[in-house]
Amino acid sequence: MEMQTYPKFTPEMKKTHKILIPNMAPVQFRILAAVMEEAGYTCELLENCGSQVSELGLKYVHNDTCYPALLVIGQFLDALGSGKYDLDHTALIITQTGGGCRASNYIHLLRKALVKAGYPQVPVVSLNFSGLEKDSGFPMSLPFLGKLLAVVYYGDLLVALKAQTEPYEVEKGAAKALQEKWLDTICGWIHQGRGCSSREMKAAMPKIAAEFAGIPVRRTPKVKVGVVGEIYVKYSPLGNNDLENFLASQDCEVNLPGLMGFLQYCVYNPSETARLYGGNFFEKHISDWILKYIEGMETVVINALRNHGYHAPLPFRELIRLTDGMISTGDKMGEGWLLTAEMIELVCSGYENIICAQPFGCLPNHICGKGMINKIRERYPQANITPIDYDPSATRVNQENRIKLMLAVARERLADREEPPAPEKTLRHTQELREAHAAV
Amino acid sequence: MLKVGLDAGSTTIKCVVLDEKEQILYSTYERHFSHIVGKTEELLRRVAKQFGGKAKLAISGSAGMGMAESVQAPFVQEVYATRVAANRLSDGADVVIELGGEDAKILFLTGGMEVRMNGSCAGGTGAFIDQMATLLKMTADEMDEAAGKAEKTYTIASRCGVFAKSDIQPLINQGAKAEDIAASIYQAVVNQTVAGLAQGRPIKGRVLYLGGPLTFSKCLRESFDRTLDVTGVCPENSLLFVALGAAFYADQTFDLNAVAGRLKERGASETYRSQPPLFASQAEYDAFQARHAKAKVERAVFGPDYAAPVHIGIDSGSTTVKVAVIDQDARLLFTDYQPNLGNPVPLIRGVLQRLYDEHPALHVASVTTTGYGEDLAKNAFHGDYGVVETVAHFTAARHFLPNVDFIIDIGGQDMKCFKIEDGAISNIFLNEACSSGCGSFLQTFAQALGHDMKDFAKLGLFANRPVDLGSRCTVFMNSSVKQAQKDGASIENISAGLSISVVKNAIYKVIRASSPEELGRNVVVQGGTFYNEAVLRAFEKEMGVEVIRPDIAGLMGAYGAALCGRGKASPGQVSTLLDRNALAAFSQKTESRVCGLCGNNCQLTVNTFSDGQTFISGNRCDRPVTGRAETGEGNLCAYKRKLILGYKPVPGKRGKIGLPLCLNMWELLPFWHAFFTKLGFAVYHSPLSSRDLYLKGQATIPSDTACFPAKLAHGHIQFLSKLGLDAIFYPCMTYNIDEGLGDNHYNCPVVAYYPEVIAGNCPEIKNTKFIYDYVGLHRPKDFTRKIFGILQRRFPDITKKEIHEASDAAYAEYASHMAQIRKEGARVIEQARAEGRRIIILAGRPYHTDPEINHGIDALLTRSGAAVVTEDAISSQVEKFPTTVLNQWTYHSRLYAAAKYCCEHRDCDLVQLVSFGCGVDAITTDETQAILQSAGKLYTELKIDEITNLGAVRIRLRSLFAALEEQDEEGKEL
Repeated sequence: MEMQTYPKFTPEMKKTHKILIPNMAPVQFRILAAVMEEAGYTCELLENCGSQVSELGLKYVHNDTCYPALLVIGQFLDALGSGKYDLDHTALIITQTGGGCRASNYIHLLRKALVKAGYPQVPVVSLNFSGLEKDSGFPMSLPFLGKLLAVVYYGDLLVALKAQTEPYEVEKGAAKALQEKWLDTICGWIHQGRGCSSREMKAAMPKIAAEFAGIPVRRTPKVKVGVVGEIYVKYSPLGNNDLENFLASQDCEVNLPGLMGFLQYCVYNPSETARLYGGNFFEKHISDWILKYIEGMETVVINALRNHGYHAPLPFRELIRLTDGMISTGDKMGEGWLLTAEMIELVCSGYENIICAQPFGCLPNHICGKGMINKIRERYPQANITPIDYDPSATRVNQENRIKLMLAVARERLADREEPPAPEKTLRHTQELREAHAAV
Repeated sequence: MLKVGLDAGSTTIKCVVLDEKEQILYSTYERHFSHIVGKTEELLRRVAKQFGGKAKLAISGSAGMGMAESVQAPFVQEVYATRVAANRLSDGADVVIELGGEDAKILFLTGGMEVRMNGSCAGGTGAFIDQMATLLKMTADEMDEAAGKAEKTYTIASRCGVFAKSDIQPLINQGAKAEDIAASIYQAVVNQTVAGLAQGRPIKGRVLYLGGPLTFSKCLRESFDRTLDVTGVCPENSLLFVALGAAFYADQTFDLNAVAGRLKERGASETYRSQPPLFASQAEYDAFQARHAKAKVERAVFGPDYAAPVHIGIDSGSTTVKVAVIDQDARLLFTDYQPNLGNPVPLIRGVLQRLYDEHPALHVASVTTTGYGEDLAKNAFHGDYGVVETVAHFTAARHFLPNVDFIIDIGGQDMKCFKIEDGAISNIFLNEACSSGCGSFLQTFAQALGHDMKDFAKLGLFANRPVDLGSRCTVFMNSSVKQAQKDGASIENISAGLSISVVKNAIYKVIRASSPEELGRNVVVQGGTFYNEAVLRAFEKEMGVEVIRPDIAGLMGAYGAALCGRGKASPGQVSTLLDRNALAAFSQKTESRVCGLCGNNCQLTVNTFSDGQTFISGNRCDRPVTGRAETGEGNLCAYKRKLILGYKPVPGKRGKIGLPLCLNMWELLPFWHAFFTKLGFAVYHSPLSSRDLYLKGQATIPSDTACFPAKLAHGHIQFLSKLGLDAIFYPCMTYNIDEGLGDNHYNCPVVAYYPEVIAGNCPEIKNTKFIYDYVGLHRPKDFTRKIFGILQRRFPDITKKEIHEASDAAYAEYASHMAQIRKEGARVIEQARAEGRRIIILAGRPYHTDPEINHGIDALLTRSGAAVVTEDAISSQVEKFPTTVLNQWTYHSRLYAAAKYCCEHRDCDLVQLVSFGCGVDAITTDETQAILQSAGKLYTELKIDEITNLGAVRIRLRSLFAALEEQDEEGKEL
């Protein structure tokens, strides 16, 4: 068979090409774009959506491929066909996790689709940490990696703060505006080459949390919903039919466990693999060393949230322990054991109503998602989990109907508990805000 | 204050009015024929008129969601409403099973409340029953009554309505009794509900049956009773539980007339996702019509005294019967086209009778049958030839347009496409189960809305905003239609949307072309569905090509069959067709019985004709016909099964251990058998899968979209749990053995971690030691160390030395097992070469050897005269080579290697087995096809699932053989 040689992303292209970034996690990826720009790349975060995106995906990718691949590729093709870009000076970037899930193959499907759709000259950059695509990968340096971590830390923090403030805010739109403000501020720092050192983050994060805490809120009890699932449909509004907003419209507080957990999970797995199946000393411990390094900043994020009265995610170290007796940490394809652990964490921390979102026919989620619900329910009877499949043809009404069923049960339980209305927190928060400012 | 509960479902609307004591004052249950908003408005006004305008109101039902929002009335999710009602009305009920038009629900009320709905892929319960009744030409009541008289049930796939239909349609065409089919349909619904919703939780105690299908069908209730071993009750007001629940829940007062008014306002808004219209103007349509009117087949007069030889083609399709009569010059004399009404035989007889009657001097030179009912028709009426329908269609199209280079045929059940290069078929595309039934879906849908197919299609031509209904399958389409209707889509826009969806299905799923160049310049479209001008237009628009539709588009199969007969008949030949008298005396008797000649216990349908001849269908092998069992000679699958079944337990000092014969155990059984036998265990394994084994395990499956081979694991575990074993061993394995063919050597996620699902969902294993630790055979030294730790925890007396020996024995046994497969594969190939037989590489995974998974496709191939080898027997002869995708799964690396091997050997062809839901194969199929096509080889993909009927597979394979033969002949000519 004649092998198609695809265009590589060469170092010179850094100057000549604009890189298009698919929009997976809107908040985190906006900071990511800033980091890339600071590193000298020209890039653009794609915002195009609409039915033509999935149509193009269906047209150029095997229809049984998972929905995220259809959407990401469709979004790229839609952008390239829009006439907005100089096709000879445009490149695409796609993340590649590596591993036994078919997601590792997205980049190849994308390249095939580009040829089929008449854009064979467009190079694709692989953003991965597994050493795949050495000749067309994104050049990684340690300082750059450090900045990527900052992207995730800041992003997760902003997402968590907004999610926990918005449903209760007295003045509608306050949390969103504050998140925007901080996104602009952080991106501004990054463009000036600052904001990403651990010293700077340690100073900034409590300040950000304090400002959110200062938003006047009315803490009426609301249904708390956790969203877990395949990483793309979990985060991307394009992938999950704008799930977060739908849940907000249903008067819920939504918790999307952060991207950091997934990153740590990716770091954790190589050593776990070596421990399970054999490997040398280095292989068995490299993950621990990296995790140890990350841990410092993780504590900063957690403390920033906790100290300002917000729910904070469990430290990764403890998240691992939640899998005991539930699923082995050897399940490392797709979101693997992390997904199960996140569901348990959510159940245990008051977000017992869970949507497990996955593309239709997602292989890993047969196991770690749908396959674990029974077991979780057995141990935690309060768990109210509904799996939702996403697909180009799945109707929104069908999905929303199932979510509403889950919410109906949740509301009933909320009413049964008859919690006394939470004390007015605004005052306390304002107080803390003042203290925080004084500290800065 | 009165309370009003409104339940707007997918098919019906229900309303109850309660007085202060919560007694029912008024209730109604009506079909809304998709006029949901209008119907609701009318209903509200009716209630307001009768009981006064003010009442407490709550709305429920899948169609009620958006409606409630728009009128600001409280919405109660329907399953939740059922629960509210069940709690009040049915004290002591443990489980509620409710089937609606689209969704199935199970509620566990006691012992930990839980509510469940079917997944999106298993929708369409009531709609499915309705469709099947239409197919059987019965009303729902008649179908229920018929099912009561059934003598037996057939195995019908229960994954979803589309799959079930793929099994039912052929039964109809084989002449199976309507009574038996009806009962089988109900049983399929039961299996689907249990498999999709029980998810490991036993359904027992007092069971309530709710919703339309369960209220109206006694047989459906009885099927549930039988399957679940319970005696369920269908309570009073079983249709109204959701509406009642909504009424109980209602606590806000509304002015009903005002609500009705708000509904009316909203009804006018159209908020659905739409597409551009099919025709922008009348002129555009006129030009389109004029262009297509030119494509006419040549005709001749067929007078009463016609005496020249004629050739008859009979196409007994899935939903229609077509007959064409041509003269010696291929001119068309006569055509007939009618729906098959569930039994094609009397219809064909009627047409033949008419031909004899109207043309006393008729000289029939040949009769050729084709289509699903090819064999039945040929046997019944003593036809001369049978021809596979793809060849019939190809022949007709080529005759019509000699330089044709692409043919697409959309019939009732199937879509077939061919690419033609240098006058020979270079590629065949057939739809798989998911996209089947599109043509007949249009038909049943039109009928359900009270329209004739033709008028219905016409409605769509000038629709201004056709609805976007997606392209996954008819179940999804159906549910999209429901949503669009709620969003105010007009029937015109739905009609156009449906036509576009059918076309998109063909283009995206079957042809998989993204540009017109891939099709070619001369495209012929045919099949009954293309009579529909909306479909025709949608196809041209979607692909950006102008196509040619012969005026006899729906008859091309019959026409092609007649042409084939004309080609084969010798001069002066007289057909073997039943003569006038024999035809007049013709009768047909149908009975169904169990074959019983082997363990498969096939459900046979036996047609006996007046001349005493019988025609048997439903058989997986030739044994009931010829009386001889298959030898398995020249079939590597059979050999592999023999090897696996040869592993028997040897009594040992440590007790009994069980291995489930599912997924990767199909290859690793020799390894683990040797390993544990050496350690002193008697090693038991579960048997080959069977339908019965599957059904016994189906209640614990947590994910209904997992592949069938994975779902079977539940049955295997259930089997093992009954054997009184000391342990069941089924390890998780991220990695497979590294055979050096790929960049990595993973298992797919399902194979790798399915034991986790078993551990989390199968209550059977609670009483057994279930060992499902993670092991890696790819590092033998590490494996030995790790497995020692794993086993020592359960069997403390095991020593390191024993483990070492066992491990050595295991690796040796595995190596010898694989060597045996390779050796036998080489022998089969060599022998086939010596005998000049075709060699088919039946490529899939090790577990595709299981007869319940491959449904006997291996034997079907050998019966067609080919030798069958599998990918694992030849992959080692290929060096690692570069692929355009990431080649990282061991089993799939073998697949690519087998394709490569096939490219290098002229006499080998590859057929790939793909299990439905195999996400990995979405990637491998394209790659395998690309590898094969680079060497000019035909690629054949067979998608398999629970569906047992091999009708479509047989057509696929016969088409392959026909195309290969043609290529061979072309090759000789060159």
